[in-house]
Parts: sequence; structure tokens; C-alpha cells
Amino acid sequence: MNAVAPITKSVSTNPLKTSAPLGAALAWLGVDGAVPLFHGSQGCTAFALVLLVRHFKEMIPLQTTAMNEVSTIVGGADHVEEALLNLKKRMNPRFIGICSTALTETRGEDFVGDLRLIRARREAELEGTEVAFASTPDFSGAMEEGWAKAVAATIEALVPAGQSGTVKGQVNVLAGLHLSPADAEALRDMIESFGLKPIILPDLSCALDGAVADEWRATARGGVTVEEIAAMGRSKATLVIGEHMRAPGQTLEQRTGVPSLWFDHLTGIEACDRLCVELAHLGHCSVPPRLRRERARLVDVMLDGHFFFAGRKMAVAAEPDLLLATTRLMNDLGAEISAAITTTPGSKALTQVPAREVLVGDLGDLEARAKGADLIATHSHGRQAAERLHVPHLRIGFPIFDRLGAAYRRSALYDGSRQAIFEIANLFQAAHREVTPDSLNPFLLRQKEMRA
Amino acid sequence: MSGFSTKVQEVFNEPACDKNLKKSDKERKKGCSKPLIPGAAAGGCAFDGAKIVLQPIVDAAHLIHGPLACEGNSWDNRHAASSGPLLYRTSFTTDMSELDIVMGNGEKKLWKAIHEVVATHRPPAVFVYSTCVTSLIGDDIEAVCKHATEKLGTPIVPVNAPGFAGSKNLGNKLAGETLYDHVIGTMEPEISTPTDINILGEYNLAGEFWQVKPLFDKLGVRVHCCITGDARYVEVASAHRSKVNMMVCSAALINLARKMEERWGIPYFEGSFYGVSDTSDALRNIAGLLVRQGAPHDLIARTERLIAEEEARVWRRLEPYRERLKGKRVLLYTGGVKSWSVVSALMEVGIEIVDTSLRKTTPEDKARIKELLGDDPHVLENMAPRDMYAFLKEGKADIMLSGGRTQFIALKARTPWLDINQERHDPFAGYDGMVELVKKLDATINNPVWAKVRIPAPWDEAGAPSARDFTIDPTHVARFRKAFAEREAQDFEEC
Repeated sequence: MNAVAPITKSVSTNPLKTSAPLGAALAWLGVDGAVPLFHGSQGCTAFALVLLVRHFKEMIPLQTTAMNEVSTIVGGADHVEEALLNLKKRMNPRFIGICSTALTETRGEDFVGDLRLIRARREAELEGTEVAFASTPDFSGAMEEGWAKAVAATIEALVPAGQSGTVKGQVNVLAGLHLSPADAEALRDMIESFGLKPIILPDLSCALDGAVADEWRATARGGVTVEEIAAMGRSKATLVIGEHMRAPGQTLEQRTGVPSLWFDHLTGIEACDRLCVELAHLGHCSVPPRLRRERARLVDVMLDGHFFFAGRKMAVAAEPDLLLATTRLMNDLGAEISAAITTTPGSKALTQVPAREVLVGDLGDLEARAKGADLIATHSHGRQAAERLHVPHLRIGFPIFDRLGAAYRRSALYDGSRQAIFEIANLFQAAHREVTPDSLNPFLLRQKEMRA
Repeated sequence: MSGFSTKVQEVFNEPACDKNLKKSDKERKKGCSKPLIPGAAAGGCAFDGAKIVLQPIVDAAHLIHGPLACEGNSWDNRHAASSGPLLYRTSFTTDMSELDIVMGNGEKKLWKAIHEVVATHRPPAVFVYSTCVTSLIGDDIEAVCKHATEKLGTPIVPVNAPGFAGSKNLGNKLAGETLYDHVIGTMEPEISTPTDINILGEYNLAGEFWQVKPLFDKLGVRVHCCITGDARYVEVASAHRSKVNMMVCSAALINLARKMEERWGIPYFEGSFYGVSDTSDALRNIAGLLVRQGAPHDLIARTERLIAEEEARVWRRLEPYRERLKGKRVLLYTGGVKSWSVVSALMEVGIEIVDTSLRKTTPEDKARIKELLGDDPHVLENMAPRDMYAFLKEGKADIMLSGGRTQFIALKARTPWLDINQERHDPFAGYDGMVELVKKLDATINNPVWAKVRIPAPWDEAGAPSARDFTIDPTHVARFRKAFAEREAQDFEEC
């Protein structure tokens, strides 16, 4: 257990946080045929869009209700209605996920009531398009919250309450933001190897993997379908991955009675072991040989890799669940977490982080606390700090815009954990400097310590 | 807010803007930004536009007063290069929380934030940006900035351009107003020469201005500052003593150029550093205006000599590419100034423009494009992504030049693409920049990767291998045969 320290200053220097609407939009990109819609000024959407494009190097369908000064004062219901009709006409999406922004939440509107009226009035025009609404003001929570709220809103909109009958072997997965698209895909394969059929919500695995198709489509493609989501009430169990997915997990469980299995993350040997056991129970089968082999490989990589972790100081800044997954893995191999910074207080995951204290702060705090650290781990904006501190920079989370392959990064399951260990160990090896007489001179070292 | 509305009206009423002059009084009052259509809008907001203009002042602190998204999703995302201070790349925001908003703590938090920034970083100035939310809850950033300036003895400059006020372009202009109202003319330059100039709307993206500045150095023309690329606060504050203003980003800062002419008698002209003839014209114009303003008369002859030398050199260097690029068809999809300046640059090496867009262009831009291209190619107002994809997929262009927003349409259509917008990393300005652009164009169009990615998969939709379409690498066959022929008979014993 550690202490979570709140913010005490007025200025945020080099933000760590990405705000909630972007998280919500990203979740909805994992629904096939979806278009996320920001209810706010067009700049909110433009900034989020650019950031998503920089991270995924993909086209991102994201639209705006284009609020202006006047519509903000008189209320934005007309803009929501117009946006829905325009989207329907232009793109004919299967699903539209609306998220509010700081602007419209500050003004305060009865979004849910307005939306109900609009949908009743425009029933014929909107036929064939499902709509969900998530309240995601930028001033509250961060990306994980936005993601989770979108998932909860989707469940409420699409999963009928009290379905009866279980589809044999069907399991739900509520995937957290800390699973990359490639992690989600590996998880699907793993579940299938136990003879089970997963429905993953949201499913970015084939949505933001960038596969070059032969036809144009304006909406999100490749994610979980609206029909699959509607069938979630008939699953045998739900794997809920991430503390931030607890609320949507509870929503789904209450609605459908499908029992939940809770996981903080799927990184590191213990989490994967537990997942294997649960899946073996659900599939009434033994753990497949391939996975047993993957486990043995991970053990080997932990043995090879621990030399690079032992005693090293890591400064990590990330959203709560990602922070927990990353620091746990580092700590498992003997590293010390010298600084742990996160975006928002309140998550139970934070109390599990193996650090003396978790600070709710920004990259300015990371930089200040990372003095003397051997590595910093955070998103791409940490690059300035890494340069100034002359330490290797492990890129985790969102956004990662200065390295290719963000969608394919792995950190979950046996093989993903293995890759994460390789990456960190290799960063240290690449940053290795030859010793010099000065670098080992005890008196010079003492002087240096004094100055620091 | 009423002061702000007046300001927006004033910007819309720009007398130096030709487009504006043609309107009736009633039309003019409506402003120049087109109403945005919900569900079909794209592009940045006024806050975005204001930050684009001001943030390249590299030694100032830029503090965004609002909830996180405005700054959190947009910081450090442009490549305006600095030759020294890096404070402009540090992001400062008040990160307004729900509690701050509900309790009306905005102004207090802003004052504390300014205080923290000044105490920690000692910047020569702090630019404070309002956003939709802080503007909606009525935070008076001008009053806070005034108070802070007095208390802290550091210029704290209010930038009143909340996102919902309008488009990026409006934000550009409001930033120009900010500089005029609060910054330019507040300090005197340490040195002032008869050949001092300012470049308005040059942000030194990708360090581009450093491709051009040595040309001025060679002529003895002193670039006092760019407004605002790689600028220091004092340079901008003392920019009113320069003799000539050059405006490079179309009409983005026309209001500032016009007001600087009215108040300090600085003549301005619009020009560009993209392309050979545009660069030469710019140098010529500056020399001419400077001489008119009292610079030594020989500047004109020296400028002509430099132009002749540089042009001869650039054509020599472009010659090898002419053959490789002749007749290549370009789809140019970009807005504003980039359209005509890039068009002229590309046509200089024999490239064919099959389509170009006129988004965000002024009537002058349009006239120039017409003049350059005639009526032959299609000039588009706008192109839907689906149509653009189809256009490229059908092979109607050999390359698309555009910005990041449309990048993936080209790439998914397996078509070469080159970034010519402001987010790009490669500098393309001046004579040498033109060579760089052409080099890059050649390397992109003639990259063997395009042939490879267009090879169809050697199987059908069901995955059944189709020998018919399968092309075998001939070198592989040759190598295999050679290896086979060299084998000894005994190698086959076990077969």
C-alpha cells in the first residue's frame, strides 16, 4: 500500500493527462461501423483527431456538433440533431457514440432527455443507426474514465436486460484501455485456444491495426459488431480487464446476470497464470501445450532479463491501470519504482502500485522526480524530459507519435510480457556507456552526488 | 465580452482585405467565417489559430487557461524551430477541474498559475490564452493579466481567442490584434538600421526560415524578427522600428500588417519563399521597398546579382530531376498560400498538376492559380474523402501532396504522398528548399515500394492459391538453378 498524493499547484506543466472525450472516442472506434461524435466546439474534435492520427497513423472517423458562442448560450440540442442527421446522410453509420465535452457540460444540458426527444422525432430518418451517449467533461477524470464511460454507455444502449439462455462457450471481455490492439488480438487467440468464443468490447484488434483494405469506408471498421454486443447477455462469464472497467463490468453484470471475473491487468506471469486457470475452468479443458510453452519462455526471459532490471530506478508516469501493470512488471524483475505519477486520483489500482507514493501530477513532476532515475516510462511527450535527463525513454500509453507501431506494441499475456521485458532491457543496452576513469573515480562521484 | 465582440467585428471588417471590401455592409457584419455544419465540420478553432501564431515566440511562456483538452491534446505538436530558448515547448495550463469551475475559482487559479510560471521560469513575458469554458464562465483574463503585469513586473499578455469564437483563421487574426494591442511598440530596439525588416506569418516550421535568412545576411538586410518564427519577445515588442514588413502566410496577419503601416508607416507586401521565382520576387520586393524607405540604392543591383547567381545554381541542381519527374501528375490538396506557391514551384520542373484545391484561399490566391494553370486542370473547391480515394485508386495521379489529415487516404489507395503542410518535418523554403522538395518528390514517386505494395496477393478471396497471378522472382529462379547445377551427384543419393 502506498499514499496517493493529490495536486497542490495551480499550473500544470507538460500535461500527462489526456482528457476523457478522447478515451471515449477511442473506445467507440472499436465498434464496427461506428462514428464517435464530440458534442463541443470544432476545435475539441480537431485536436483529438490529430492526436489519434499521430498515434495510430490511421484515418480516424471523428465528428463534431460544431458548437459556437450562440449555440452554447441557447443550448446545443439543435446541433446534436443536425449532426446526427448529417452523419446518417453522409456516412450511414451503424452506431454513433456521442460524448459531451467541457464546453457543453459547463453550460449544462439535459443531454439524455434531448437525445430521447430527437430519436423519437427522427425515428424514421435514424432507422438502422444505434446511438449511445456518454457524459465525458474534459475537466473530470482522464482517458481511462472516458473509455470506461463509453463502454458503459454502449452496454446500456445495446445490451437488453435479462436475456435468458447461454450460448455455449461464449465469454465476454471488457477490454481496458491498457490493452493495445495487438494485445486484444492475442487475447482473442488465447481464449479461442480454450475452445471458447470471445466477444470483446471494445475491440480495437482489427479496427486500428491498419490493415490495407481494398475499398473505402468512412466509418470505423473491424471492431465488435452491434449484434455481438447485443448478445453479450447470453455469455457464460465476463472477463473484466482493468480497475477502470469495474463500473462498466458492474453495469453489464447487473443488466444480464452474467458473472464477472475481475483482472487489474494481464501483464506479468501471475496475471497470465490466473487467466489460464480461469479459461481452463470456463472451457472445461486443460491449458493448451502452446500456452504452457509460452509460460516456460516467459520464465526464461525473466531469467535473462532480470540482470537489466535489478536495482535500477524507474520513473513511470501513466494512467492508473497502465501504471500498475508497468510498475508491477518492472518490480517483478527487481527494479525500484523511484517515481510514480498518474493522471487522476481515486482508482483502487493506485494503492497496488509498488512505489512509496503515487503522485497525481504531470510530466513536469515526472522530470523533477526522475533525477537520478535510470529510465523514464511515459508517453511520447516525455521525450523532452528524457533528453534533458539523459536517460532512456520507454514509450507507454497514449500518445506515442514518435515511434512506429503503437498499435502493435505488446505488454499483456505471456508473450506480450516477454516483449515488454525485451524492450526495457534493450533500451538499457542501447544506452550503455563505456566506463572511463572519471566515471568510476569515487571522489568525482561524491562531488556529483553533492551537486545533485 | 462586449469588448471582445467589437474586436471580432473589427477583424471581420478588415479594410485591407479585398474579399471583405466587395461585400455589402450587411454581409460584412455577418463576418467572414462560414457557418460550421454539425456532423460535417473539420478543422481547428480560434484558439488553435491564435496559438499557431504566437507560440513560436520561443523565450515566452504560453499558459492556457482552460480544462485539459485544449492544451493537453495539442501541445508540442508543431515543428516551429528555435535557435536558442526552448521554453515555448514547455506546456503550461491551468487544467481547470470541475471544482474550479463550479466554485468560480478560475481567475484566482489563473493568477496563481501565472505567479508560479514567472517564479519558476522567469520568462520575458507570459501569453495567457482564454478557452471556451473559461470564457463561458466569464473569467476576465484581461483584468487578471493587467493585475499580474503590475504585480510581477513581467508583461503578461492576454490572448482572447476562445475556440467557439470561430475558425483557425479568425484565431490567427485575433493573435495579430493581441500583438498590436499589447506587444509591438512597447519596447525600443537596441539597434536599428535602414535595412531592418520583419517577416509576418513566418513561423520557422521545420527551421525553414534558416534556409532563407542567409540570403538576407548576404545582402546586408537585417531581419529584425519573424512574427513569430524563432522570435524573442523583445524582438517582437520592438518590431515597430523596422522599415519593411513582408507578409508570407496569405492574409492570416493582414490586419497586423495594415495597422503597422498606419501607425508606424511600415509598408508591407505579400510574398512567399516557396519556389524559385517566388523567392526571387520576394528578395526584389524587399530591396525595392527598402530603397524607397531610405536604404542605399545599390541594394537593388546587389539583389539582382544574388538572384542571378542563385537562380543559375538552383536550375543547375534541378536539371537531373527534370527527366525523372517530367509529366508526373500531382494531386495538390492544401489550402491558402501553399496552393499557388507550390504550384509555381512544381511547374518549374515540368510536373503536371491534375487537380488542386481552393480551400481557404483568398481571391488573389485563386487568381494566381488560374494564371498559372489556365482553365485546363480541375480546380476543386473541396473533395470528399471517398472521391479522393477513388481518384487515387484509379491511378489518376502519380502522387498527392497534402497535409496529414488526408495522408492516409493516399496511402490506403497505395499512392505516393508527400507532406507539404505545416506539420511536416522537412524544410522546403528558398532556393535550396526547392531542390530539397524536388529531391523528396523524386524519392517518393520513384520509390520501388509502390510496385511492391500493389502486387496482388497470390490467392483468391477464399485463400486458394492462384498460380496464374503468381510472379516468381526471376533472380530467385536463376539462383536456384545455379545452386542446383553446382551440386554433386552424391547430394542426390538420398532422394
